[in-house]
Amino acid sequence: MGQESTASLEITSMGVDNRKLGVWVWLGSEAVFFSALIIVYIVMRNNSVSGPFPRETLNVSLTAVNTFILICSSLTMVTALSAIQSGSQRGLWRWLVVTMALGLAFLTGQVIEFTSLAHQGLSLSSNLFGGTFFTLTGFHGAHVLIGVIWIGFVVARALRGGYTPSNHLMVELAGLYWHFVDLVWIIIFTIVYLI
Amino acid sequence: MPQFVWQMLITAFLMVFAIPSLTVDAILLFLQRNFGAVFFSAAQGGSVLLWQHLFWFFGHPEVYILILPAFGIISEIIPTFSKKPIFGYAALVYAGIAIGFLGFTVWAHHMFAVGMSPLADAVFSLDSMIIAVPTSIKIFNWIATLWGGKLNLKAPLLFAAGFIALFIIGGFSGISLATVPIDFQVEDTFFVVGHFHYVLFGGTVFALFGGFYYWLPKITGRLLSEKLARWHFGLMFVGMNLTYFPMYILGLSGMPRRVFTYSMAQGWGTLNLISTIGAFTIATSVLIFLINFFTSQRKGEKAGNDPWDGQSLEWTVSSPPPAYNFAHIPVVSSRRPFWDQKYPPAGGQPAARVEVEKSNGERFSKGSFYPIIVALGLFIAAFGMIFSFWVVLPGVAVVFYGIIGWFREHF
Repeated sequence: MGQESTASLEITSMGVDNRKLGVWVWLGSEAVFFSALIIVYIVMRNNSVSGPFPRETLNVSLTAVNTFILICSSLTMVTALSAIQSGSQRGLWRWLVVTMALGLAFLTGQVIEFTSLAHQGLSLSSNLFGGTFFTLTGFHGAHVLIGVIWIGFVVARALRGGYTPSNHLMVELAGLYWHFVDLVWIIIFTIVYLI
Repeated sequence: MPQFVWQMLITAFLMVFAIPSLTVDAILLFLQRNFGAVFFSAAQGGSVLLWQHLFWFFGHPEVYILILPAFGIISEIIPTFSKKPIFGYAALVYAGIAIGFLGFTVWAHHMFAVGMSPLADAVFSLDSMIIAVPTSIKIFNWIATLWGGKLNLKAPLLFAAGFIALFIIGGFSGISLATVPIDFQVEDTFFVVGHFHYVLFGGTVFALFGGFYYWLPKITGRLLSEKLARWHFGLMFVGMNLTYFPMYILGLSGMPRRVFTYSMAQGWGTLNLISTIGAFTIATSVLIFLINFFTSQRKGEKAGNDPWDGQSLEWTVSSPPPAYNFAHIPVVSSRRPFWDQKYPPAGGQPAARVEVEKSNGERFSKGSFYPIIVALGLFIAAFGMIFSFWVVLPGVAVVFYGIIGWFREHF
């Protein structure tokens, strides 16, 4: 089904397209999910009875670079959206590809970090810190991966000229999700690495 | 918006925001069982209470997920069968929102006996009792709607009245349980079992049967037998009280729940026998309902569009309704649009404007198999998480296949 043919079915009395409303509600649900994981981390991280402990293992500078990469990817996502709003097909797919590349760079950084932590003896089962740390950052990483795949679908359609200045809701929705995942990472970075 | 729709909206919000907590809880348990994580192992610094907190942060909103739709059904039935507008429309909506909001703040009242601090016990106790206020607002509004109405004592109203009576009893025992000293005394006894069956059986199940009798003629086009419906209600009402009231007494005299046997010397035999008789009475009443349903499908009287002299728009379309009933969202300017159209208010006021454009089915949206594929994948993955980890992967693959197919169908 094309977007035009179904457009009249998606109008709500709240002045927002019901697909966008649905994404907002879903992100609200995701916010509860990550809140629960973050709270479990805060409550449990100092309860480990044996090492390795956070201070001696976490590499803050590597992750700070990774955080910077992810924040930049939010910027490129905004640039992609503003490109299609001003009618630039080329700008749209190019900036989306840059966003995907930055997302993959973040994931690569996370793989490097996880490998080095594993060499120091930290794992899901090593202690409470390991369990809560890998659960929280692992689920965030999975969200980034899904975001990259999602943007991949948007790119595939953008290359066929599937979006216009008046019809690019899918770009906006992928962007909403991407910014949400980015925001969650900023909170995780602050709590896990800085505090 | 009809009351039922309001209450379903609140329920939907509760589902969206409560269930992630259970998701996280289940994930932690999965990682502990399959990958040796230590979240709940006290010896490694973990905590069993973590499980309980995350579970009840979902579990308490969950009981409102079960009861708010029932409140909505009751709020539809009572005005229709009293031939009055609902009393306190806005108050009922605000009370529902208040219950939904407060429902997120009281989870630890399920955990008084685990040894939290006295301050935490006191806060959660007080907070839980506050929920009695919006709930009472609803009950008073229903009674005020019945008051002075031309009561049409058909099956839906019988079940609604039964609901109010039984839910009040269940609610009172709920306030008792929210009182910490009483909770310490009856924790994990049959008193708790009695409480939640009065609110969930006397409450939700009675409202659901009321809703069946109210809306089944609309869904199937056939009226159910009123005589059998009265037998169903009478037996279920008596059976329900026979089954669950003795549990309060058994709980107060110390009979623990979750233990299947007890010594005859305890003297609990007679009350348990009464409970058993009550359970068979309930089963008989449900059998009568099933007989009523199946016979009415063949021999039942035709329902027509509007068997109950209804007030809301579902009674303007045929029974059973067409697959795509309204071509556009109807514009209404009254809280009981169909009623005001049938009986224009006196005093020269203009009749309520109801713009209902019936659809000819052209815009019938297509069905999709993908949701059921997603559900199948989730089932396989969940099965694997419990029994055999490697089954999870094909399950997740099926889920992704379903989601991507579903997505591509629409965009």
